[in-house]
Amino acid sequence: MEQSKKMRQIAIYGKGGIGKSTTTQNTVAGLASLGKKVMIVGCDPKADSTRLILHAKAQETVMDKVRELGTVEDLELEDVMKWGYGDVKCVESGGPEPGVGCAGRGVITAINFLEEEGAYTEDLDFVFYDVLGDVVCGGFAMPIRENKAEEIYIVVSGEMMAMYAANNISKGILKYSASGNVRLAGLICNSRNTDCEAELIEALAAKLGTQMIHFVPRDNQVQRAELRRMTVIEYSPEHKQAQEYRELARKISENKMFVVPTPLEMEELEELLMEFGIMEVDDEENIGKAENA
Amino acid sequence: MSAEAAKKLVTPTPQKEIDRVKEWINTEDYKEKNFARTSLVINPAHACQPLGAQMVATAFEGSLPFVHGSQGCASYFRSTFSRHYREPAAATCDAMTEDGAVFGGQNNLFEGLENAYALYKPKMMPVYTTCMPEVIGDDLTAFIKNAKQKGHIPEELPAPYANTPSFNGTHIHGYDAMLRSILQNLTEGQSVEGKCTGKLNIIPGFDGNVGNLREYKRICDLMDIPYTMLADASDIFDSGCDGEYKLYAGGTKLEDAAESINGKATIALQKYSTANTMKFIDAEYTGAKEVLPMPFGVKKTDELILKLAELFDKEVPEELKAERARAVDAMTDAHQYLHGKKFAVFGDPDYVIGIISFLLEMGAHPYHVLVSRATKKVKKELEALLETSPYGEGCTVYVNKDLWHMRSLLVTDPVDGMIGDTHGKWAARDAGIPLFRIGFPIIDRVNLHRSPVVGYQGAVNMLTMIANKFLDIKDETCEDQWFEMMR
Repeated sequence: MEQSKKMRQIAIYGKGGIGKSTTTQNTVAGLASLGKKVMIVGCDPKADSTRLILHAKAQETVMDKVRELGTVEDLELEDVMKWGYGDVKCVESGGPEPGVGCAGRGVITAINFLEEEGAYTEDLDFVFYDVLGDVVCGGFAMPIRENKAEEIYIVVSGEMMAMYAANNISKGILKYSASGNVRLAGLICNSRNTDCEAELIEALAAKLGTQMIHFVPRDNQVQRAELRRMTVIEYSPEHKQAQEYRELARKISENKMFVVPTPLEMEELEELLMEFGIMEVDDEENIGKAENA
Repeated sequence: MSAEAAKKLVTPTPQKEIDRVKEWINTEDYKEKNFARTSLVINPAHACQPLGAQMVATAFEGSLPFVHGSQGCASYFRSTFSRHYREPAAATCDAMTEDGAVFGGQNNLFEGLENAYALYKPKMMPVYTTCMPEVIGDDLTAFIKNAKQKGHIPEELPAPYANTPSFNGTHIHGYDAMLRSILQNLTEGQSVEGKCTGKLNIIPGFDGNVGNLREYKRICDLMDIPYTMLADASDIFDSGCDGEYKLYAGGTKLEDAAESINGKATIALQKYSTANTMKFIDAEYTGAKEVLPMPFGVKKTDELILKLAELFDKEVPEELKAERARAVDAMTDAHQYLHGKKFAVFGDPDYVIGIISFLLEMGAHPYHVLVSRATKKVKKELEALLETSPYGEGCTVYVNKDLWHMRSLLVTDPVDGMIGDTHGKWAARDAGIPLFRIGFPIIDRVNLHRSPVVGYQGAVNMLTMIANKFLDIKDETCEDQWFEMMR
């Protein structure tokens, strides 16, 4: 059998609200503009992982159709797959309404369906999984099970909680890497304009044994594009921010640095934050004391 | 691949190796490894919560058990009851599938309740759950309220419900949860200040022996005590064959259950399978409340009868006194065949407590005692019971162990017989000892579920079964010169 080119499956994780979906779609648009064939699989019940590619309010999800048909067995691939900018294939797993059922199981059902229906065609160069921020259960780790995504990028910023989350996700990757080929491929810094942000994330990446693959500066052009439900790449291809995403896309495309991460202990992480002045050095005895106490 | 090549993939284990392992699993060395096992259970001596819930959900008049969850689970409960009682075990299920797992099972429940009600016109539909809706957090309270509001089932139809995840507790806890919920539902608003029906509420607990339930009722009748059994599965799981199938073949009447809150007294005859139900009854019911051990053997039967006499101010009838005397006579006649014999006992805590007190009365040694998924409290109670008799000396109580552990005990430290349900048959066979089938389920012998093991009559039945088996073994295995006419 002829060796076909290897499809790279990539999962994007990171703290909720950090900009995973925006970063993913802009990066995917960047890859598409470089002539790559890409599919996005949204793994979040909110289903907002493809709207900028499709110029849609929200894509009809796999689980929406299952709800309508009453069973996943009658579902056809064309019911749920859409093509958007740059011929990017888009699928959203969707899920139940908040507070009922099991969203994690929804992700599993959707991905199983995609596999069975042959959504992973050989012409694809990349598959991107855009996953819910908090990996609250096994369902949201579905994208990094065996034979799925082997490269993980964590979207992070210089804010403390974002870095905590990145470290926690690394712990998860470490666990999965023991039994499979899942590797950390880099941190994507989605800048929040905090102090010494790039240096801090570089330092964190070094501690984790990985790289800051790109520093995406903050630019309101992203929001202007989003208002039109577009990526910057499509909205204003000549804008400098579009160039940033194309640069990120190129780096990912050429990336060879896939590591088993070395997550930090809590104290180590706090030391790092103190070193960069994010956390103030304070006496142990002041912990838990109110300002006026 | 050619057929020849395919054959080569299978490497048969050499006979020598099979023999070596066969011998090794009977050693102390293996037993130690076996007991060091923590995360794996082999041949557990318990079933799961919803199975227990189904037993009680079946046991009311016109009651149709309803499983909220997976179809396969529902089939397991039904087939287990059918194999044990050799009767149909009717139950319905809303058959949650993949989409139910993602969206929650409310729609399944709506449709299921509506269908089952339309088809089978039950008077009550107790709902209990399998693992699947429990893991995804289905809210039964809201679902059932919604089902009634949306008109899937009539507002007035009792639909008590219990959360019974299989991964937690055992069948006795499911029994308890379902019984409590049914009583809560049926007695709501029924309590009348100052009213007393003069009746006894008798709670048998999880008991697969319908003969036991009939025995309790017979004792009450003999003592002229009006009673309501909560709940009575005897006619349902032991219905007569008259050529007509009855979906609802008996059970505790709903109005009797509703009135039970105004009863004169309530007695539970199992402690561990009724703990939560009794908490509810203690708080809400009028009259006296007692939790007694299952009346295995003479002493514990005396306890029950004297308690009944005291609570209802009755004399013990001559008929029961005569029965007691006959039981004591039968025990005396047979004691030499049981005295000094060592036994392994496993099962539900309440059953095991009862069986042990019977053995101690007979001068037999309970030796290996095993209760799976039990608390330290159960262990302590068993040990305290063993300490009451010199025949309890040298006995070890194992909790949270399984029947593969039991096998190791039987082959390294042999006993004369084992008492428990059908699941013990492999270990008994490997150890070359008889298994006396008392417990649930018994799926490889007939009619044992009809033969009571409680009360004076039960004591006679037990010792007859056990003593005669030992005599059979003697006749089958003794040398010719010891083959005697008389035993």
